[in-house]
Amino acid sequence: MSTHPKLNSRIPEGPIEKKWGNRKFENKLVNPANRRKHTVIVVGAGLAGGSAAASLGEAGYRVKLFVYHDSPRRAHSIAAQGGINAAKNYQNDGDSVYRLFYDTIKGGDFRAREANVYRLAEVSVNIIDQCAAQGVPFAREYSGYLSNRSFGGSQLQRTFYARGQTGQQLLLGAYGSLMRQVEEKNVELFPYHEMLDVVVVDGKARGIVVRNLRTGELAVHTADVVVLGTGGYGNVFYLSTNAKKSNCTAAWRAYKKGAFFGNPCFTQIHPTCVPVSGDYQSKLTLMSESLRNDGRVWVPKAKGDKRNPKEIPESERDYYLERIYPAFGNLVPRDVASRAAKAMCDKGHGVGQTGLAVYLDFADAVKRIGKEGVAKKYGNLFEMYEKITGEDPYEVPMRIYPAVHYTMGGLWVDYNLQSTIPGLFVIGEANFSDHGANRLGASALMQGLADGYFVAPYTIANYIGGEKLGAVSSDHDACKAALAETKARVEKFLSIKGKQSADSFHRRLGKIMWDECGMARNREGLKRAISDIQKLQKEFWSDLYVPGAGAELNQELEKAGRVADFLELGELMCRDALEREESCGGHFREEYQTPEGEALRNDEKFAHAAAWEYQGEGKAPLRHQEELEFENIHLAQRSYK
Amino acid sequence: MTTSKGMTLHLKVWRQKSASDSGRFESYTVEGVNQAASFLEMMDVLNEQLLRKGQEPVAFDHDCREGICGSCAMMINGCAHGDLPRTTACQLHMRHFKDGETIVIEPWRARAFPVIKDLVVDRSAFDRIIAAGGYVSTNVGNAPEANSIPVPQHDAEAAMDAAACIGCGACVASCKNASAMLFVSAKVSQMAHLPQGQPERSMRARKMVAQMDKERFGACSNTGACEAACPKGIKLSNIALLNRELSRAQVKD
Repeated sequence: MSTHPKLNSRIPEGPIEKKWGNRKFENKLVNPANRRKHTVIVVGAGLAGGSAAASLGEAGYRVKLFVYHDSPRRAHSIAAQGGINAAKNYQNDGDSVYRLFYDTIKGGDFRAREANVYRLAEVSVNIIDQCAAQGVPFAREYSGYLSNRSFGGSQLQRTFYARGQTGQQLLLGAYGSLMRQVEEKNVELFPYHEMLDVVVVDGKARGIVVRNLRTGELAVHTADVVVLGTGGYGNVFYLSTNAKKSNCTAAWRAYKKGAFFGNPCFTQIHPTCVPVSGDYQSKLTLMSESLRNDGRVWVPKAKGDKRNPKEIPESERDYYLERIYPAFGNLVPRDVASRAAKAMCDKGHGVGQTGLAVYLDFADAVKRIGKEGVAKKYGNLFEMYEKITGEDPYEVPMRIYPAVHYTMGGLWVDYNLQSTIPGLFVIGEANFSDHGANRLGASALMQGLADGYFVAPYTIANYIGGEKLGAVSSDHDACKAALAETKARVEKFLSIKGKQSADSFHRRLGKIMWDECGMARNREGLKRAISDIQKLQKEFWSDLYVPGAGAELNQELEKAGRVADFLELGELMCRDALEREESCGGHFREEYQTPEGEALRNDEKFAHAAAWEYQGEGKAPLRHQEELEFENIHLAQRSYK
Repeated sequence: MTTSKGMTLHLKVWRQKSASDSGRFESYTVEGVNQAASFLEMMDVLNEQLLRKGQEPVAFDHDCREGICGSCAMMINGCAHGDLPRTTACQLHMRHFKDGETIVIEPWRARAFPVIKDLVVDRSAFDRIIAAGGYVSTNVGNAPEANSIPVPQHDAEAAMDAAACIGCGACVASCKNASAMLFVSAKVSQMAHLPQGQPERSMRARKMVAQMDKERFGACSNTGACEAACPKGIKLSNIALLNRELSRAQVKD
């Protein structure tokens, strides 16, 4: 098996628990007085981008931060509800860095790089310290010490939380640190700026092309390093729990400039979301996994039972997660819970008008800890559910169904979080590195902050310290070419003058992706999807309608650019899903399953990360492999029974 | 329950091409609106309808559509985010409106929040207020072990109540003086309740209020309109706390 020379994972030498320490020691340093001579561009201000920009600013680099929102505080990390994992072992229930590492590798179905995951577990404890110091109002016990709860895929309590708004509180903590650096002029903030391309000079990332969303002005900004913290691409499905503006453009533009794309088909379908109720729907809303601490999932034993859930006696209910997975019960990992819900609905046990929902019932919890006890833990989630559905979940069980939530795939990065383009670092959900084929709950916040506060600042210093980076001005030929290309693209969108809106194409793409590349995939469906998406791409470029002009706030133009990129990414995801002839984590190929219907991995052929290389317009991309070596954790069939 | 036809709504929407344009109300009729749709999904239907006619859709800010990012900002029938208590516009659902109803939709109106286009306003003043001091000045690497500083549960809960602010600006839009006191006090209060916030307590209150004044937000006259409009239930008592913090800061100087 040949590995592409660019796919050097740069894993440090030594035993797993020494690797990060060894790397930090061998890293080049940059003298504080020299740091201000170096400019770092950060794109995105979520937990990853925001924390990286703040940390790099504190270190003394000149940081330019670009966000498409009006404020860095609006990044989608803000919507994360349930919590953040850390191996503090405050509950004295047997947690350790090694166990968090083990759970994460196993939860990811053995498709993540051991060394990265170990480091993630190792720095997790520092994250909690950092956030507490910032004044993040974590939940506390009466003693004043930090409180924990459980999340899926783990048998202990290691999740820290701030009610159902953990993402918001962590993000506001990072945002505070960031705004302090803005005030101290270490970080220059560019709100309402969307990145539309990477500028590569002599093989290195040296800048970006941005569009000022308020004025429409296009410009190039140059730097020594470019960091993408631009989030995931779940919105390729149109309906997902992502925010409406979340998109793949920054990552996709980088891919087209030479950054390899890792495991694009690895998508997380979250089991507990408010079900789809009609065509008007613009997004799906997550109900935090933390609800599975106290909520019990069930369906009627009888098929097509349309009775009011309260009229269905205990003996006629199937608490199927507790039945099939007695060891983990309602707290099995997300991929397992989602597939089980789909299987129940496919067999005709689904509830609600569409039959595409299962119950998440809190009656037992209300009996045990009272309505007030439940409200204290989940009040804001219950309120949100009631607002959306008009039903009171204290009285009637919630109806839930899986929905697209997170993408484990992303730009391929080495141990230093550097992509295959030197000088282009990718952090948080935008990279592919830590979650393998399935992410465990409360681990996205952990990864975003680990990358931004504790990893990227070290590895970026090493890059700057080790490279001779001459100045690149914005009138360099590569800058001018990238700017001209972007300008032509904007003009193209405006000049098609067809009949269909960007959203209408997006909905159709989403349907193809959900039907053929969603919770269950098969060879024929994926082939059909690739051909359907190619047809849709042609239709898009000939019948798109974007009103207005380029030189103004034009939200339709913004959408058009994002949908154009989703159309290409969707095709790549299907190709990746087609080539991966095994089931693992969130990637479930119907052809590869155990007799009980569980995911069946093929470690002999697929214990690797797929990294896709762009080959040019109209050419099939190349698939490369990074072999994954499991030196510490024995490759085994996952079992949560 | 939703009828198969859906609701018909008459909308009067503020249209303004740019900051320099004077702006005006335009009337539209939207048909077939599902009662289970959110207010913003109803706006999507309107925009899709405008696009089909070759007209420019209404620009409005939105993102997470689950009530937490604070992007959405519209006055609906004269109320910030509509008249349903503790609800953002994105979480307001059409079942709360009547078939055939006329709905007036305007941007936030405040001197410190100039209109950019249609319903989109510039709220960067809030960022500058936070930059002035809405944080604990700790660098990465400084932090002590998290459990080394216990925080009494009721203090942590009080801090969390205040920290729930989403920075949408409904408080400013609802205040007859366009004051930002509720927003500023929420952050000051969060930090004042926590041991981590103590060293900079006085400086934080002073600097944030100074920046608020510089941004030309109005003064607070304690009418409580902000609290009534706040989608996250931030309490007026935070403003009292902020005033105490300011007095305390003066005494300490």
